[in-house]
Amino acid sequence: MKPKEEVGIKGYAGYVPKYRIKPKDIGEVWGEDGEVMGRGLKIESKSVPAPDEDVVTISTQAAKWAMQRADIDSDEIDAIYVGSESHPYAVKPTATIVAASLAATPHLTAADYEFACKAGTAAFQTCMGLVSSGMITNGIAIGADTSQGAPGDALEYSTAAGGAAYIIGAGDLLAKLKHTCSYTTDTPDFWRREGKKYPEHGGRFTGKPAYFKHVTNCTNKLFEETGKGPEDFDYAVFHQPNGKFPRKAAKKIGFSQEQIEPGLLVTRIGNTYSGAVPLGLAATLDQADPGDNILVTGYGSGAGSDSFDIEVTKNIKKIKDHKVPTIKEIISEEEFISYSIYAKFREKISAGGE
Amino acid sequence: MMPIPRFWREIKQRYKGIGSVCKNCEKMYFPPRKICPECRRESFQNMEPVELDGRGEVVTYTEIHEPHTEFDKHSPYIMAIVEMKEGVRLTGHLVNVDLEDVESGMKVEATMRKLGEESRDGMIYYGYKFWPVDE
Ligand SMILES: [Zn+2]
Repeated sequence: MKPKEEVGIKGYAGYVPKYRIKPKDIGEVWGEDGEVMGRGLKIESKSVPAPDEDVVTISTQAAKWAMQRADIDSDEIDAIYVGSESHPYAVKPTATIVAASLAATPHLTAADYEFACKAGTAAFQTCMGLVSSGMITNGIAIGADTSQGAPGDALEYSTAAGGAAYIIGAGDLLAKLKHTCSYTTDTPDFWRREGKKYPEHGGRFTGKPAYFKHVTNCTNKLFEETGKGPEDFDYAVFHQPNGKFPRKAAKKIGFSQEQIEPGLLVTRIGNTYSGAVPLGLAATLDQADPGDNILVTGYGSGAGSDSFDIEVTKNIKKIKDHKVPTIKEIISEEEFISYSIYAKFREKISAGGE
Repeated sequence: MMPIPRFWREIKQRYKGIGSVCKNCEKMYFPPRKICPECRRESFQNMEPVELDGRGEVVTYTEIHEPHTEFDKHSPYIMAIVEMKEGVRLTGHLVNVDLEDVESGMKVEATMRKLGEESRDGMIYYGYKFWPVDE
């Protein structure tokens, strides 16, 4: 899918809550060797939202900073899409609250997206289409999550919180979104039924037929459509449910460790679901130079992948003017908490029994 | 907790910090007022909404140990009176900072957080809290 007119990123920013918990402290509670689990997943710590943080607050902070970097006012925002699988309400769009908090209401279109971990990149594609067709001037695409695994489930070692927002528009771009493509199938690797607090997953079914198949096929399709290969990119960002999967996928497709390193945040903050690829791309843009090419491939269970071919422009040098913290600065602010504080924060202890 | 209609009416000032300024004497008010108490009649229909920049500094602060139940997950927490760049004073929570690191004159900025919720099934209330910023 190639945009009709040039479209790209005018501003971006990410936000990650400062609390962290280590696999060792999670494992202790369940009589497991958390350190071994953490090493297996290549996760040293994961982010935990404060009790007053959720997808609305994370999205709002990221969008506010992204607007500062894009140097645009709230009345220049024509669309807001928030991709998440942990929207605070089942019915009542996150995007409406984010739009109001940015003072962008009422003259804009807004909606929430859900596609497991790739809801954020789906929002990218929608904004690309609306901008390149000339229907809107600027749209905000957000991917954010505060996901949870059931207590004692293997997912508990990785489910984390964070997100990033992108101002998608035309003219004065920090980076061009040159091409995108998707790969979608009906695959039951991971799901959460309506009304349930925690997800279920297909165990071993989550790797090969799900993540690897979609990420590889989607990336190869982008190569085919653009005539490019791994050697044409300076950086690559892959969805990162743990530290193992993106490394393995990158290697299989032909990328080096150096190409994926800047966007690999999972080791320190865990799996931020819909926030993972947007945050990984933000961290990569933070250190990119004019002319750099970035490949991005997200993955969402259920299942699908979105790939993007991105070229950084000379405007990237200007972002330093806008006192917005880099991803490195944001994630370096960390406070480690115990499992009991974590359980209190995340409402894992239910007084009423639900 | 406050009833939904009142919260909804106040959304603008809670999310974005919208105050009002008297076009007669230039004095600013937060929460916004329809009449300037100093100019009274002259200010009628002469009050304009104004968006606060969100930056200010801590005037005084205190740590709350026995909070209202809706905040008990955050206990203890810090409340502060913040003087905004525009001169108005706001009361709000301080987040992302420990008590020993707070001091009067500390520069802060508004950030959106959950203030509480009506009930487990009810509406979630969002609004500004303050966190420290450099410079
Ligand atoms: Zn007056």
